[in-house]
Amino acid sequence: MTILLNRENRVVVQGITGRQGSFHTKLMLEYGTKVLAGVTPGKGGIYVEGLPVYDTVAEAKDLHNVDTSIIFVPAIAAYDAVMESINEGIKLIVVITEGIPPNDTMKFVCSAKEKGSIIIGPNCPGIISPGEAKVGIMPGFVYKKGPIGIVSRSGTLTYEIAWELTKAGIGQSTVIGIGGDPIVGLTFTDALRLFEKDDETEAIVLIGEIGGDAEERVAQIIGKEIKKKIVAYVAGRTAPEGKRMGHAGAIISAGSGTAMSKIKAFKDVGVEVAERPMDIPELVKKVMKK
Amino acid sequence: MKLFEYEAKEIMKSHGLPIPQGFIAKSVDEAVSIAEKIGLPVMLKAQVLVGGRGKAGGIKSASTLDEVASISKYLFSLKIKDENVESILIEKKLNIMKELFIAITIDRSERLPVMLASSMGGMDIEEIAKMHPELIVKLHIDPRIGILPFQARKVAQKIGLKERQIITFSDIAVKLYKIYEELDAELVESNPLAITNTGDLIIADARLNIIDDALFRHKEFQELALKRMPESTELERLAKSKGVRLVDLGGEIGVIGNGAGLTMATIDMLTYYGEKAACFLDIGGGASAEEFAKALTPLIEYPRVKAILINILGGITRCDEVARGIKKVYEELKFTKPLTVRLSGTNEEEGQRILKEIGINAFTSLDDAVKNVIKQVRGI
Repeated sequence: MTILLNRENRVVVQGITGRQGSFHTKLMLEYGTKVLAGVTPGKGGIYVEGLPVYDTVAEAKDLHNVDTSIIFVPAIAAYDAVMESINEGIKLIVVITEGIPPNDTMKFVCSAKEKGSIIIGPNCPGIISPGEAKVGIMPGFVYKKGPIGIVSRSGTLTYEIAWELTKAGIGQSTVIGIGGDPIVGLTFTDALRLFEKDDETEAIVLIGEIGGDAEERVAQIIGKEIKKKIVAYVAGRTAPEGKRMGHAGAIISAGSGTAMSKIKAFKDVGVEVAERPMDIPELVKKVMKK
Repeated sequence: MKLFEYEAKEIMKSHGLPIPQGFIAKSVDEAVSIAEKIGLPVMLKAQVLVGGRGKAGGIKSASTLDEVASISKYLFSLKIKDENVESILIEKKLNIMKELFIAITIDRSERLPVMLASSMGGMDIEEIAKMHPELIVKLHIDPRIGILPFQARKVAQKIGLKERQIITFSDIAVKLYKIYEELDAELVESNPLAITNTGDLIIADARLNIIDDALFRHKEFQELALKRMPESTELERLAKSKGVRLVDLGGEIGVIGNGAGLTMATIDMLTYYGEKAACFLDIGGGASAEEFAKALTPLIEYPRVKAILINILGGITRCDEVARGIKKVYEELKFTKPLTVRLSGTNEEEGQRILKEIGINAFTSLDDAVKNVIKQVRGI
């Protein structure tokens, strides 16, 4: 099995007529994802990549029974788009959009919790279950099917690490980019709980970065609720305080959110922490032998 | 984006919050005439965006007009953590009996807005949190509903307020939340929120920071935000003048990468081998040849940067496109700084072939590329 995503997920693309939306619809279809429809308000009736476009998520749901949505709409309209999917009962919502104000994100995260939708992102590359499906913007070729679950706050760094693993002959069950914003839907903690229950996942790679305390919080359940072996990497060891390192969430403020604090939290619960991204395959082999 | 105290207070006043009577002075003469108008004694408060103003001597009281003149002269000459004082807020001095603290901000861990309140106002809140965490009352807020008065009344009781002060406090809390929500603030704070000798609550000091990601829907702040950039270094200013965003890290190796996490990891690799990066520059996904040229120029021009490392993992970004960009800059600018390129992923062979034409052997391994740029900068 995989977590959250397999070849059965029925996908709608919100913002399918935009440049990014149409481009990645094509790539997702090529990968084998069951993308069935698109939504762009005001453009219902046209076709993109051979898929029907509707004005509302409700139509896509009625006519195609979609259960998964990927959102490419600009930040200014993203809140409405996410709320629309939540209200139509979409179970998995992947928010690619960068720059959504946190007040909007906090609101839809609250609503998703109540309605039982899972939100991945915002400001994320999405989710891929290699060999099954991808709902996101990641390059498919860096992944291969296998026993490692990956969860990360980063995009390209995850591709880098996944590729190192793939080149070393170690495949992945599901790879999730949870997003680089200060407020995100699915957390490290949520992802680890899902991987723990997944038969196919034998070990987990967790890729954190400076800012916030998501890494410290997830460390609290490692070794207790989470028994599977984990290898971690934390980016931003040399980041200065008070400067935003690309991601809105990657900022050390008032001495908290440093890489050292996160690395210590992981080491304290027995997690192997890689010094360099390329050390991860060896560490994964090491923990899997144990 | 941070606002000055007087700007925050103007906004709070327009929302019906209790603010001391005061005006902004840009010169000593203005300061004296304001003091004359509002009546002595007055407080003189240097308007700066950095914290620690009180400790740096930026807040003084004056009871004569001569004092107003000499103190304002002194304040205008002051530099607070490298920031010049360009204006002073002159306020009627309050008769303060007690100082409270109230703030509304985002709790990243809980993913909710939070109101913080304390009876220990006036001090640095981080210090209160360290020494007396029990004296900070927290109220998490449903962002879809906001603060309801009854919730704020409970907080008021917990910080020791009684009778009509409970009502006033809750009124202030509700209005501050309204500002937080309407303006997409990341922090709305009053420290101290003063209790005067007449038992009234008044916002003695105010802070208001707006979230950068929300500026697109706050036209009123957009122009201000362009002018009001945070403290920056020479390299950051040079880059900004060319339309490039980077973070100066003080070292000699300029780093360009695609993606925030990958660029951070590249910088960490340099540190691992004992070198320091000159900057963090994330070019993002799918950068064009022109964008590459733009990003490279400040690093080529700035003398402290001795070598440049470009790390591209081609996913959606194509390596051949990146290589064409680098080649273009190389031929146009004819720069002599050593350049190390790591290209891996989509169309990597074609990218490497293009770079060979200008004499660059691109690496596929990040580790090899990092070792190479370190050799270059050390002149080995």
